Amino acid sequence: MGFSHLTAVVLFSLFASVIFGITLREGLREQLRYGLIAFAWFVGGTIAGGWFLYLLNPH
Amino acid sequence: MSQPVANAKPSQPTSRSAAAGAWWVLLLGWLLPGIGYFVARKWVRGSLVLVSVVGMFGLGLAMRGRVFGFNTSNILDMLGWIGDLCAGALYFLTRLVGAGAGNPYSVLGDYGTNFLIAAGLLNLLAAADARDVVLGRKR
Repeated sequence: MGFSHLTAVVLFSLFASVIFGITLREGLREQLRYGLIAFAWFVGGTIAGGWFLYLLNPH
Repeated sequence: MSQPVANAKPSQPTSRSAAAGAWWVLLLGWLLPGIGYFVARKWVRGSLVLVSVVGMFGLGLAMRGRVFGFNTSNILDMLGWIGDLCAGALYFLTRLVGAGAGNPYSVLGDYGTNFLIAAGLLNLLAAADARDVVLGRKR
């Protein structure tokens, strides 16, 4: 299956965030909010980490 | 004059039996992703967990991830095996049909292995949460 790394990260983040939202919060509004925040942290953190490693050794 | 408050003792056997029954929810939820929520009549949550865990596990296999077997000689393999085992029936089915051999030469294969382990761990988290819902500890 030909995924890019970014697609894999987004899919991982999506599924993990859905379950985190359901299990770690109560009430639909809180669950949605937590799921969205978790998704943003997953994807944003991975991209930031990637850039950090790139800047450590750009060549 | 105030009415006597209901004694807590008679309710103990009931709550104990409810807690014992809820272990079955945990077991069912582990074996079949999302079933624990269906028992609690939380259809949307159950469907989302089912789609997420099965989707994650399926993508892991599609990316040629490795499903770990029981191997006591390597601690990382053991941890991977525990993670995979948490996926319940998906793990047993995969082992049964001989899939999940993995591809060590593919970067996506490594991603797939992590998808498989994460699917198992998230499944166990959801099963434990469904037990709490059935016990009334969580809405």
